[in-house]
Amino acid sequence: MAEAKEKDPLFSPKNRKLLSEPLVLNNPITVQVLGICSALAITVKLEPSVVMAISVIAIMGIANLIISIIRKLIPPRIRIIVMLTVISSLVVLTDQILEAFLYDVSKQLSVFVGLIITNCIIMGRLEAFASNNKPWPSFLDGIGNAFGYAWILVVVGFFRELLGSGEIYGYPLMEKLGMYQIGYVDNGLMILPPAALFIVGIIIWVHRGKNEELVDIS
Amino acid sequence: MSDSYIFRFATIMVVLVAAILTLVASLLKPMQEDNRRAEKMQEILGAANINVSRDSAIHVYQHRLIAEYAISLQGDITTVYDGSKQEFTKGENRPFEMDMKRLMNDLERYEKGSLETAPTLPLFIMRDHNDDSLFVFPLRGNGLWGPIWGNMALKNDLNTVAGASFDHAGETPGLGAQINTDQFSEQFENTRIFDDDGEFVSIKVVKGGVENSSIPGDHGVDAISGGTITSNGVTHMIEDGFRYYLPFIKKYQ
Repeated sequence: MAEAKEKDPLFSPKNRKLLSEPLVLNNPITVQVLGICSALAITVKLEPSVVMAISVIAIMGIANLIISIIRKLIPPRIRIIVMLTVISSLVVLTDQILEAFLYDVSKQLSVFVGLIITNCIIMGRLEAFASNNKPWPSFLDGIGNAFGYAWILVVVGFFRELLGSGEIYGYPLMEKLGMYQIGYVDNGLMILPPAALFIVGIIIWVHRGKNEELVDIS
Repeated sequence: MSDSYIFRFATIMVVLVAAILTLVASLLKPMQEDNRRAEKMQEILGAANINVSRDSAIHVYQHRLIAEYAISLQGDITTVYDGSKQEFTKGENRPFEMDMKRLMNDLERYEKGSLETAPTLPLFIMRDHNDDSLFVFPLRGNGLWGPIWGNMALKNDLNTVAGASFDHAGETPGLGAQINTDQFSEQFENTRIFDDDGEFVSIKVVKGGVENSSIPGDHGVDAISGGTITSNGVTHMIEDGFRYYLPFIKKYQ
């Protein structure tokens, strides 16, 4: 147990990196290309994107923490099932709590809360990080990756709602600006799932243009 | 790690998780039920053009309720719950507590002959802002991804629509999910479910717009672009829903 004796400060450079790396350099969506399916499904409007982002951040942080705490007890042969059980219990708990205390939010998310279970980022981080690392770094890794996922989700949701419905967070921006009178038309394509891929594609393009170390990463 | 360890681990984990989830679910259930009841009241009030927040819905509902009826498939009133006295003048089960999902199943089974007793249908008589009484009919149907439901208020002639409210469990945001917006439900105002000859024609949600179709303006509303299957679901829901009430409507019109 030599590793346990080293005292890392809570926000040592190593730990800070766990938090910041997934935001840009190792972003789960644009670099690891995980969690794309939910990025397509829920980003038609900004509001569900934001709520989904918050839920994923909470669930991922806690799931990583729990798996890391019990990592030495989990039999390797059934580890995937154990992870799934932990994630789905957390998702069911979140759903129940939202329904009791934040009923409107829970209605808005409806089926998407359940979709969190299938979010490959969570499974991916549990398997790749939390099952081999101590609780605190695992928690940071979970939060970091969830934030990396979250900001892409919010950006995609922002553009899809703005261009597809002419609104931002339900506020009819284009109408207030008088764009429709001068012949502006909402782009119906942005409402459809492929539009999310186009926007994610553009983000990846800009992203790689700015970070040369990501090019030809294979 | 031995097999027996794996079994022990799995058993403990499953029991633990089940216990936690059951505990939380039963602790939170009363709050969730209250939310759902308040929401149902809010939706019924919404159809009667009374917009309230969910917190004040229970209070306003009591104030605006004239009576809750249960109606047999033959059109007879079997239960009357008086809203102002808050007591039953006939029957003993509150129509408000009827579960629409179960009711739709029962109706289907009854028509197929696999259910003996005929179900009864709920109907809410509300007082609107002008002190006119409105008949609010609850409806339930299927959208693209799951159930959709709504309430439609008819004026005293049991023909003209005074208002409507719709909601859904999980239709696509920005597309089918728009059925719960005011822009959609406001279109139903002053449409009619019977034509001039007294035939039931219902109200259709028309793809491409009512103006461009052969359907007269008082029997159709515009569909949601990109939400065709949800829109069709609303059309079927209204038509199927009112069909069960037709004997009652014909009797009291």
